[in-house]
Amino acid sequence: MSTILSVENVTKTYGAFKALNKVSLDIPKGSVFGLLGPNGAGKTSLIRIINQITLPDSGAIYIDGKPLQLNNIKDIGYLPEERGLYKSMKVGEQAIYLAQLKGMSKVEAKEKLFMWFDKFGINNWWNKKIQELSKGMAQKVQFIVTVMHEPKLLIFDEPFSGFDPVNANLIKDEILKLRDNGASIIFSTHRMESVEEMCDYIALINKSNKILDGKLSDIKNQFKENKFEVGLISDNDTILNMVQEKFKVTNFNESIGSGEYRMEVKLNDGDTTKDLIKFLNSKAQINHFSEIIPSANDIFLKSVANHE
Amino acid sequence: MNKLLLIIKREFYAKVKNKSFIILTILSPLLVIALGALIFYLSEKNSEDVRKVAYVDETNQLATAFTSTKTLKYVDLTKLGFKEAKTTSEKNYYGLIYIPKVDSLNQLTKSIKFYSQETPGLSLISSIESRLDKRIRDLKIEKLNIDVLKLKKTETNISIATENFTGEKSSKIGSLLRMLAGGGFGYLIFMFIIIYGTSVMRSVIEEKTSRIIEVIISSVKPFQLMLGKILGNAFAGLLQFIIWMIIGGTILFAVTLYLGPDATQSANVMPINSEVVQQVQQASNNNVQLVLQEIKNLPILTIFFSFLIYFFGGYLIYSSIYAAIGAAVDSETDTQQFMMPVLMPLVIAIYIGFSIIENPHGSVAVGFSIFPLTSPIVMLMRIPFGVPWWQIAVSMLLLILTFIGIVWFAAKIYRIGILMYGKKPSYKEIYKWLKY
Repeated sequence: MSTILSVENVTKTYGAFKALNKVSLDIPKGSVFGLLGPNGAGKTSLIRIINQITLPDSGAIYIDGKPLQLNNIKDIGYLPEERGLYKSMKVGEQAIYLAQLKGMSKVEAKEKLFMWFDKFGINNWWNKKIQELSKGMAQKVQFIVTVMHEPKLLIFDEPFSGFDPVNANLIKDEILKLRDNGASIIFSTHRMESVEEMCDYIALINKSNKILDGKLSDIKNQFKENKFEVGLISDNDTILNMVQEKFKVTNFNESIGSGEYRMEVKLNDGDTTKDLIKFLNSKAQINHFSEIIPSANDIFLKSVANHE
Repeated sequence: MNKLLLIIKREFYAKVKNKSFIILTILSPLLVIALGALIFYLSEKNSEDVRKVAYVDETNQLATAFTSTKTLKYVDLTKLGFKEAKTTSEKNYYGLIYIPKVDSLNQLTKSIKFYSQETPGLSLISSIESRLDKRIRDLKIEKLNIDVLKLKKTETNISIATENFTGEKSSKIGSLLRMLAGGGFGYLIFMFIIIYGTSVMRSVIEEKTSRIIEVIISSVKPFQLMLGKILGNAFAGLLQFIIWMIIGGTILFAVTLYLGPDATQSANVMPINSEVVQQVQQASNNNVQLVLQEIKNLPILTIFFSFLIYFFGGYLIYSSIYAAIGAAVDSETDTQQFMMPVLMPLVIAIYIGFSIIENPHGSVAVGFSIFPLTSPIVMLMRIPFGVPWWQIAVSMLLLILTFIGIVWFAAKIYRIGILMYGKKPSYKEIYKWLKY
C-alpha cells in the first residue's frame, strides 16, 4: 500500500505552548484516515500545517513522495471545522472564485459545479446569496466547494456538524464515493460512530503527541481483551456460580422466568475459545456466542487515559 | 489566472457592487452641490433682508456718514429727540444710533451708543464704527484747515510684486492658490486613507466572522490575501474618485455654460467675511489673468507625480495597519483601542498641514513632511510652495522604507490574527505574534 502523505517528525510551538511534538504519520492512498484526539490535542495545528497555512518548526511533509510545495494546494481540498462563505456573495459566483483560487479555470469550474449542483438538486441556488440560505444549505455548498477541484487528498474536519441525519448520510456516501474513486481522505471528528463506519485507518493524538496509529481493524485486535458475550439457556439457577468458578464474569443478566442468561466472560490466560465453548456446552445450551470487539470510543478513552 | 489578481478582482467587485458604494458614489456629489446651492440660496436670502437703523445726531455734524446701502437703510430721527426716538425705534427699527451732544470731537468717540432689541452682528457695528471714524477724522482735518479733497488725492495704493531669486513671480493670490492646491490634495489623501483604510479593516473582519478565512488561506498565502484586499479597495476608491471628478466636472461645466460670466459676479454677493474669500474676490474682479498665470506657475507636474506617490505610499502604509487591526480583533467594536494611535498621526498631519501654510519652510513643516507617517499629507501641502528636491527625495525614500517595514509587520500580525478567535488581544500578545 503506497502512501499519499507522510508527516515526518513535525513539531510546532506557539510561544511557550507546544502544539505538536515530533508527530509522524503515513496516510495510505485511497483510504479514509481518521485523525482523532481530544479538544486541543493538536489536530487542527497538524491539519493547518498540511494545508500550508502555517509552517512547522521542524519536520517535513511529503505528498506522493515529494516535499510539500505551494503548487500542491490544488491537490488538497480542505473543509475546516470553522467553516464559512462570503455572506453577501452569490453561490455560483463564490464557488467559481474559490475554484479559481484552487487553480481551476472558469469554464472547468462551471462545468464541475453544474454537475455537483445537479447531483445535490440545488440548481436554483446559483444566483442566491449565501445569507439567503439556511445553515444546512450553506454547508452543502461548502462541501461542493471543497471537493470540486478533485484533489488527491481531502481533509474533512467534523464534516457532519450542521447537517440533519438525512443530509449527513448523503455527505457520508459522497465521501465514501470519493474514496472509491481514488481520493485519499483525512477525517477528523469526535463522533466515534462515524469513525467506526468510515475509517480504514486511524491515528490518535493527545497532548501534542501521537499515541496510536494504524489500521482500525488491527488496532481493535490489539485492544481485544479476549472477552466474549455469551447467552445461555438453563433450568439450573446456579449457572452463574458454575461459570464464575472457572472464568471471570461481568455484566450478568437474567431474563426472569425464561431461564435465559446473558453474561460477558473473559478467557483465562492460556485458554482458547474452544475450551470456553466446550465448558459452556457441558453446562447449558448456548444461544449466543460472540467476541467483544472494543469500539473506537473505548479505544479512544482507554488510550487517552493511559497516556495521561 | 494569477491568484493575487483574482483576489483584487473579487475585492473590487465586492466593494463596487455594494449598494452603499453605488449610492454614496452617485449621491455624494449631488449632495455636495445641493448643500452648496442651499448655503448660497440662504445667504442670498439673508442678505435680502433690509435692515433699518435709526439715528439721533445731536451734534448735527455726523449725519452725512450715514449713507444707505442696499441692505442697510438709515433713518434720521434727530427731530424727535432721543427719548421719543428710542420708543419709536423699539417698535419700528432694527436699532438706534445715539450721538449725544458733547463739547469736543475727542469726547465723542467714547459716548456714541447703539440700542437694539437683539445683540447686533459684529459686522454691522464695525461698519457703523468705520463710517463714524472716517467722518470724525474728516471733521478733525477740517478743523485743522486742511482741504479734505486735496488730502484724499495724496492717498496712494502700493502693491509690491514679489519674486523669488530664480525669477518665479509670487504673489498673495499665488500663495492662496498654493494653499488651496496643497490643502486640497492633502485633505483628499487624509479622507481617502480613513475611508478606504476602514473599508479594508471591515472586509478583514467580515472574513474572520464569516469564518471563510481558513478556506481562503488554504488556497492562497495570507500575504497575498491582504495585499489583494488592500489593492482591490484602492481601485474601488480610485473609481469612486474618478466618477466624482466626472460628475463634478460635468456639473461645473453645465453651471458655467448656464450662468455664463455671471457666475463670477454672483460669487461676490456672498457675504462671507473671510480674508481668503475677499482675496479671491479681489483676484477675480481685478485680474483673472493673474490667477491663470499663477495656476500656470504652480509646479503642476511635481504636484501630480508626488500626489500619486504619496497617495499610494500613505494609503498602503495605513491600510496595512488597518488590515492588521482587523485581523487582530473579532468585531468592529473591539477596534477602538487600536484605532486611536492610527488616527493620531493623520489628524496631527492635517493640523500641522494647515498651520504651516503661514511658514511652509519652517523646521516643524520640514520635519513633519519627512516623517513618513505624516509626510503624505504634510509634504503634499508644502510642495506647491516649492520644496528642495533633496527633501522630497529623503521623504519619499523614508516613505517607501516605512511602507516595506509596516507591510512586513502587518502581514505577520495578519497571518496569526486571522486564525485567532476569542478574546481581544492586548498589545503584548500582538507583539508575541510577531515572533511566531
